[in-house]
Amino acid sequence: MTKYIIRRLLGIIPTLLVIITISFFIVRVAPGGPFDGERALPEVVKRNIEAKYHMNDPLIVQYGRYMFDVLRGDLGPSYRYKDHDVNFYIFQSLPNSMILGVIAISISILFGITSGMLAAVRQNTWVDYLSMALAVIGISVPLFVIGPVLQYIFAMKLQWLPTSGWFTAGGGIKTIILPALTLAFADFATIARLTRSSMLETLRSDYIRTAKAKGMKSSAIIFKHSMKGAMLPIVSYLGPAFAGIITGSVVVEQVFRIPGLGKFFVQSSFNRDYTLIVGVVIVYSVILVIMNFIVDIVYSLLDPRITYK
Amino acid sequence: MSIAKAQKTYTHLLEVNGLKTYFKTDAGIVKAVDGISFTLDQGETLGIVGESGSGKSVTNLSIMRLIQSPPGKIVDGEILFEGEDILKLSESELRHIRGNEISMIFQDPMTSLNPFLRISTQMIETIRLHQDVTRKEALAKSIEMLKLVGIPAAEERIHNYPHQFSGGMRQRVMIAMALSCEAKILIADEPTTALDVTIQAQILELIQDLSKKLNTAVILITHDLGVVAGMCDTVCVMYAGKIVEKAKTHDLYAKPSHPYTFGLIQSVPRLDKAQDGKLFSIEGQPPNVIDLPPCCPFHPRCHKVMDICRTQYPPTKDLGNGHEVSCWLFADKKEHSHE
Repeated sequence: MTKYIIRRLLGIIPTLLVIITISFFIVRVAPGGPFDGERALPEVVKRNIEAKYHMNDPLIVQYGRYMFDVLRGDLGPSYRYKDHDVNFYIFQSLPNSMILGVIAISISILFGITSGMLAAVRQNTWVDYLSMALAVIGISVPLFVIGPVLQYIFAMKLQWLPTSGWFTAGGGIKTIILPALTLAFADFATIARLTRSSMLETLRSDYIRTAKAKGMKSSAIIFKHSMKGAMLPIVSYLGPAFAGIITGSVVVEQVFRIPGLGKFFVQSSFNRDYTLIVGVVIVYSVILVIMNFIVDIVYSLLDPRITYK
Repeated sequence: MSIAKAQKTYTHLLEVNGLKTYFKTDAGIVKAVDGISFTLDQGETLGIVGESGSGKSVTNLSIMRLIQSPPGKIVDGEILFEGEDILKLSESELRHIRGNEISMIFQDPMTSLNPFLRISTQMIETIRLHQDVTRKEALAKSIEMLKLVGIPAAEERIHNYPHQFSGGMRQRVMIAMALSCEAKILIADEPTTALDVTIQAQILELIQDLSKKLNTAVILITHDLGVVAGMCDTVCVMYAGKIVEKAKTHDLYAKPSHPYTFGLIQSVPRLDKAQDGKLFSIEGQPPNVIDLPPCCPFHPRCHKVMDICRTQYPPTKDLGNGHEVSCWLFADKKEHSHE
């Protein structure tokens, strides 16, 4: 097992190198560049800017230089924002997104698994219908609708919570609640549906019938005999979902004015801000690769049939 | 409850009277078990034989009240265990019976044990559900049971997971678990169907030995007449949810009376008779039990079919020595023609 963990951790390095390489070249394939605006720059100015960022060098030299910087932990200067480099923007915004994301995914796990279990155990009762109706809303209504609706109810009408802002900007800890709820909604829905179907399948399995035939209480059957098996699909969903949610959501950040990482995914692409694009891709990939690794480990802890050598 | 129970008198350990278990489906009502009756005494081994879909398993799941509801429902009848109707028990009284008084082993040992829990966990929990013992005592008892069913190195193997056992070994574990609370009745639902032929004999022998040793009554569900001949005292032959013939094993083989039973016995290959090429088979398929008309369900496949078979279900006729058959060949037709 230890050997397996070490091998998997070492395996992360080439994975990331491949991802960085592909994104480095693919962003440069897109038409336009970081310095193209509405109005074309004078030839001299353009050449000077390009010289400053070494963009006149052959692509392979640029690639070598970039990789060298990345390996030292420097993601380079932003081509669009002149005040700071990519590292600064990421480290400034990522913690905000992570805090929000961790809270949001915790809410969605808690309520998703609970309502999915209830729905499965009380299949075809009002409990089932209610939680699945909520799940359908969560899946089909987009965040930019849920967000403003929550703002309208809890901030405008009831005046319990602030409409927007962020606690690091002096908005108080209450500012987290609404965006976290909004962000939690979509994953809550998916987790609830996954839990329900996986639980129903488990409850119909032969070994649950054996447990019933042994005279076990249904509560013991659910928690002792069904939980582990029923949680497997949820665990594999949570890996990528976690990576996605803690790297920020552009919609929620816009609606609630949160200084998160999500906006850089969109803005950097619009701006052809090559270093910032590759920078956020690296952050996302690192988190995703680590999450998948954790999922595999959790899998082997849950299911004794899975062993790694 | 136990005092009240002790005072009750009963003639049979288990008595099933007119049991009807129906399933509601979109296509109509499936009468999986349609009015069957039989009895089981202490130490007796009862075989229930029939094709797939004849209602064998549903009968036994009904005894344990393990029918999925919906769609299934026990609509009529009574199941008297030691004189008490299982169908009238509350959920907690029922749990006292399940696994303790009546326990069950299933067809597929590969899926019947929980793959996520150690054998020790599953065995200890079974014992501690029904007996007031410590974990340690339960573990000792479990190891003893595993040794009894012939698991080598039981002290170590008990801490393994089910996937670390072969199919035959898993079925042994199931048997050990089922008998760990000294159940009075063991229901074995095709316990060897999923196993290798060589293992089948071992498992059956094990069930037979243990039931003698522990004086457990056994209900053996099977579609293998050879198994029945070797193990059972009494046999019920089921067809389309009904018991068509019931007799002591010896009588059934000596003079099979229902054409279906006759056909079944004929279709078993025999070593002591010269083979003239082709093995006997019953033509046709078992009937669809959805909305079955009141006829003998076997009539389309019967080589002795008469007109009355197509319109009325035959009454049950006692041929003596507990040999009962439901066939118009034996019934007094005039007596029933007014019905």
